[in-house]
Amino acid sequence: MTVSSISTIALPPGLVIAPQLPDLLQPVKIRRGALGFLRSHPTVAVGGALLLCLVLIAIFAPYLGTVDPTALAPARRTRAPSADFWFGSDMLGRDIYSRVLYGARVSLTVGLSVAVLASLAGLAIGLVAGFVRWTDGILMRFIDGLMSIPPILLAVALMALTRGSVGNVILAITVAEIPRVTRLVRSVVLSLREQPYVDAAVASGTRTPMIIMRHILPNTLAPMLVQATYICASAMIVESILSFIGAGTPPTIPSWGNIMAEGRALWQVKPFIVFFPAAFLSVTVLAVNLLGDGLRDALDPRMAKSL
Amino acid sequence: MVSYILRRIVATLPVMAIVALFVFSLLYIAPGDPAVVIAGDQASPADVERIRQSLGLDRPFLVQFGSWLWHILHGDLGTSIFTSLPVSTLIAQRIEPTLSLMATALVLTILIAVPLGVVAAWKAGSWIDRSIMAFAVFGFSLPVFVIGYILAYVFALKLEWLPVQGYTPMAEGFWPWLQNLILPAVALGCVYIALIARITRASMLEVLQQDYIRTARAKGLGMPSILFVHALKNAAVPIVTVIGIGIALLIGGAVVTESVFAIPGLGRLTIDAILRRDYPVIQGIVLLFSFLYVLVNLMVDVIYTLVDPRIRY
Repeated sequence: MTVSSISTIALPPGLVIAPQLPDLLQPVKIRRGALGFLRSHPTVAVGGALLLCLVLIAIFAPYLGTVDPTALAPARRTRAPSADFWFGSDMLGRDIYSRVLYGARVSLTVGLSVAVLASLAGLAIGLVAGFVRWTDGILMRFIDGLMSIPPILLAVALMALTRGSVGNVILAITVAEIPRVTRLVRSVVLSLREQPYVDAAVASGTRTPMIIMRHILPNTLAPMLVQATYICASAMIVESILSFIGAGTPPTIPSWGNIMAEGRALWQVKPFIVFFPAAFLSVTVLAVNLLGDGLRDALDPRMAKSL
Repeated sequence: MVSYILRRIVATLPVMAIVALFVFSLLYIAPGDPAVVIAGDQASPADVERIRQSLGLDRPFLVQFGSWLWHILHGDLGTSIFTSLPVSTLIAQRIEPTLSLMATALVLTILIAVPLGVVAAWKAGSWIDRSIMAFAVFGFSLPVFVIGYILAYVFALKLEWLPVQGYTPMAEGFWPWLQNLILPAVALGCVYIALIARITRASMLEVLQQDYIRTARAKGLGMPSILFVHALKNAAVPIVTVIGIGIALLIGGAVVTESVFAIPGLGRLTIDAILRRDYPVIQGIVLLFSFLYVLVNLMVDVIYTLVDPRIRY
C-alpha cells in the first residue's frame, strides 16, 4: 500500500499523514546468478576467462596448428619467428610455438595438482592440530621447522633426491606448500571452536566428526579456496624455476621453464626463445592471481577494503 | 623484557632442531653410498665395509644424527663429494655476491615499497592507489627470471646503461660493485616490493582511521609529517614482520637471479651441486639459508620488542 493510497482514506479530524520522505539510501542492486556475480566482481571474470583460455589451449594443443614439440630439425635451428615457425625455432630446430602450447599442460597440471594436494593435506593436518589438542604442539613444531626452510630451497632439496619427473615435481612443491595451508586451517579451527554455535553443538552431544563436517569444514572452505588459488600461482612459478635451474621436469618434456633454460645461453642474440614461454607463464600466473584476489574480495568483504 | 627475549631465543631451538633433522634425513636417504664413492671402482666389498665403519655409517640413525649435529655446531659442514673441499670453504668463497645481492634488494625494497604503500593508503581509492595496487599484482605474477630478462634486455642490451652480467667484488670499489648489482637487485626485489607495498597500505589504512590521526590533523600538522612520523610509526609492526618473513622470497629468488645474471654466488653453487648430486653441499646451503632466515626473524621480533613501547610481555 503506498502513501498516496492512504491519504485517500478519510482520516479522523486532527490526524495528518507524515509527508513522504525522499529516499536517502539508494536501493542496493543485488545481482544474482553466476552472471551477476561475475559482473560485480570483474577481476574474477577477467582472471577466470584468461585461465579458461589457457586451459583450452592446453587441452586442444594438438589441434592448434602445432607440430610434434620434440621433433628435431637441425637444419632449421634458431629461426626467428615467421609464417613457418610462429614463435621461431630453438637451437635443435624444434618449433617453439608447439613447445610453448604443450608446455601449458605441464604448468597447469602442476599448478592444479599442487593446489589440490596441498589443500587436502593441509586441511587434514590442520584439523587434527586444531581438534586433538595434544598433537598441536608436536605438529606445529614440525610445521614451523618446514616453514623456516625457504620453499624454493625445500623443493630443490627434495628434487635432488629423486629423478626429475612431473609427479616428483608436484610432490616436492606440495611438501613445500603444506605448512601454509595447515596454519590457515588451524587458525580457522581454533577461532571457530570458540563460537557459541559450536559450544551449543558440543553441549547437545554432537560427535566431533559431525561438528567438523557441519560447522568447521563449511567455514574453512572460503579461505581455503582463496589460499588454493595463490598456491596454484606459486606452484607454477616454482615449477618453472625448478625446470629453469635444471632440477625440475626432465628436459625431454617441453615445459616453460625448460624452454627458457634451453634459451638461456642464447638469450642475448635470440631473445624470442626465452620471450614466448616467459610471456605465457606470466599471463597464466597473472590470471590465477587475479582470480584469487577477486575470490578473496567476494568471499571476505572485510579483507577486500584493506589488502 | 629480557626474559621475553630469552624465551623467544629458546623457542627457536626446537625449530632449528627440526630443520637440522630434516636436512640430515635428506643426506641419510639420498641415493648413492658415500662409502662406495670414496672406495672407488677397484675396492673389494671388505674395503667398502671398512670405510663404512671408519666413516661411522654403520651406526644407528640417531647416533649418526647426533655426531653430525656435533660437527655442524663446530662449524664443520662436511666435505663436498665432487670437489673434495670442505663445504664451509665452498660456501665462504661464494657468499659475498649472494649477500651483496640480497642486501641491495632489501634496501631497494624498503626504499621503494614503504613510500608506495603509504601513498596508496593516503590516496585510498584514487587512481594513484589503484595503479600502485595493480603494479603490486603484476609484481606478484611476473616470475623473477622474467623480470630479470626484461630488465637486462632493456637497460643493458638496448640502452647500455648498465653491465649485462657478472659480478665485481666490493674490494674493487663501491660503484663497480653496485653497477653490477642494480639490475639483479631490482629483478629480485620486485615480488618483495609488491608484498611490502600491499602490507604497508593495509596496515596504514587501519592506523589512519585512529583518533590520534584526526587530532594530529586538527592541530594543523602537515600531511607528510602525519603520514611518515605519526602513522607509519604505529603501522610499523606488521610491516616489519612481513619484511622478515619475506626474506624467504629473497633467498629463493637469489638462486634464480644469479643464474640469469651470471653472478658467481651461492645460487650458482646450488645449481652446480644439484647437477652433480653433491648432497653435502646442498645440505650445507639449505641449512645455512634456513638458519639465516630463522635468525633474521628472531632479530625482527627482538628489535620491535625493544623499539615499540606498546609491546610488553
